[in-house]
Amino acid sequence: MTLAIELDDLTLGYDRHPAVHHLSGRIAQGTLTAVIGPNGAGKSTLLKGIVGALPPLGGTLRFVGCDRRDIAYLPQTAEIDRSFPVTVWDFVAMGLWRRVGAFGGIGRGAAGPIATALETVGLEGFETRPIGTLSGGQMQRTLFARLLVQDTAVILLDEPFNAVDGRTVEDLLVLVERWHAEGRTVVAVLHDHAMVRRVFPDALLIAREPVAWGATGTVVTPDNLSLARRMIEAFDAGAPVCARDAA
Amino acid sequence: MFALFHDLVIAPFAEFEFMRRALVGAVALAIAAAPIGVFLMLRRMSLTGDAMAHAILPGAALGYLVAGLSLPAMTFGGLVAGVTVAVGAGAVARASVLKEDTTLAAFYLLSLALGVTIVSLKGSNVDLLHVLFGSVLALDDTALVLIAAIATLTLFAMAAIFRPLVLESVDPVFLRSVGRVGAPVHLIFMALVVLNLVGGFLALGTLLAVGMMMLPAASARLWTDDLTQLVGLAAAIGAGSAVVGLLLSYHQSLPAGPAIILVAGAFYLLSLIVGRRGLLAARIGRRHLEA
Repeated sequence: MTLAIELDDLTLGYDRHPAVHHLSGRIAQGTLTAVIGPNGAGKSTLLKGIVGALPPLGGTLRFVGCDRRDIAYLPQTAEIDRSFPVTVWDFVAMGLWRRVGAFGGIGRGAAGPIATALETVGLEGFETRPIGTLSGGQMQRTLFARLLVQDTAVILLDEPFNAVDGRTVEDLLVLVERWHAEGRTVVAVLHDHAMVRRVFPDALLIAREPVAWGATGTVVTPDNLSLARRMIEAFDAGAPVCARDAA
Repeated sequence: MFALFHDLVIAPFAEFEFMRRALVGAVALAIAAAPIGVFLMLRRMSLTGDAMAHAILPGAALGYLVAGLSLPAMTFGGLVAGVTVAVGAGAVARASVLKEDTTLAAFYLLSLALGVTIVSLKGSNVDLLHVLFGSVLALDDTALVLIAAIATLTLFAMAAIFRPLVLESVDPVFLRSVGRVGAPVHLIFMALVVLNLVGGFLALGTLLAVGMMMLPAASARLWTDDLTQLVGLAAAIGAGSAVVGLLLSYHQSLPAGPAIILVAGAFYLLSLIVGRRGLLAARIGRRHLEA
């Protein structure tokens, strides 16, 4: 069974203003795709649309061989209340939600995957630490541990390496590559073009309008990047209704 | 020595039935209000309880207007008014540019003005005082059964929604990405807040009922960082305040409701100073460690 997320003429946005405009394409099973583009290009909006946090303004999203429950999503600005007294272990255990729900027990069977996840991200020994005492990089490692525990076929990462140091980026990048090797489908919003070229086989360059989508070598070119920079402009409060829909 | 203890602590409850009723009612309220208060505090909704307490007033007043000083009528009215304000404020916040604190303020102020109008149309000032400050020393069987039922329901409901409520408090975006329980859990929690305020207003009045929620929770936070301990400690402080407050009111002829809340307030001030996370602990004996 092959899994895919198909975007057909998808428009996403806020207050009728498109942030992602008429995007069509396919995120196929097992692909590792970087979403790049200038600020305000609609990269985060695209991920929000895929996870269902934002209803489409037009077009359709189709999930083939999977549904939204098979997606794990790491938002860019996580609205995490780090002053809430919860430990790293409990926080990572929340990745089990799909399996245990509100009432299911988190027994000995679950302790294994949680311990493995913490070890994988380099946080063994942090189990009983309140999340409020973690550094930015440690918090990001904790969030990756929760993604590991979620164990989903599709993983969406929105600027996962923002404001973390080089060593943390390398450690977390190893995880992304491992997910790719395991056949999971990974989509990550990134700004570091060198990293995209080095690690990500596929790339989508958007600037509200799609610029290019395909093999990274053909997408991340100086011509495409400068085109994207020119395309992005401030939204127009008095913009007319999109003519493409009327046609 | 024992005789003195007996006279001070045991005798008031042993000799007077109204004291025993007050004790049972106040302790039941304290135990149920503890987890509610802890979550209100951790979700930065400490003043929401206060707003909801005001919101209950017109319902209780309307019940009074229709049926006189009838407990079921006033309770039902209070519940309807409280739930209307909570759900209305939440729904308007989701559907408009206004945030929930603003919509809640708007709804509860409307509700409060309506309540005061209704009370002054018919009742005397004495009735208003009764609704505002309760009468823990005059709890009849109906009131006690109601308080006990509310406390029981609250504890079971909190146990049931505990995990999603924690998750909704820590990482609401994540909860939304894995399920749809966020909104219902928030609504159930708000309903429990209203329910406990209604239970509390029978004994302590609409205004002081909030004190039973927030003061023990705030005190407990000054001692521990562990969620389970927070709830337990808050319940213990609340129940302790009920006992000490009732005795204080008995021996010093103070009004019972305010005495209970004053004792809870004293616990809070004491915790603020000597608590493990209090002001003194932050200043003495805190030389930094090696790593």
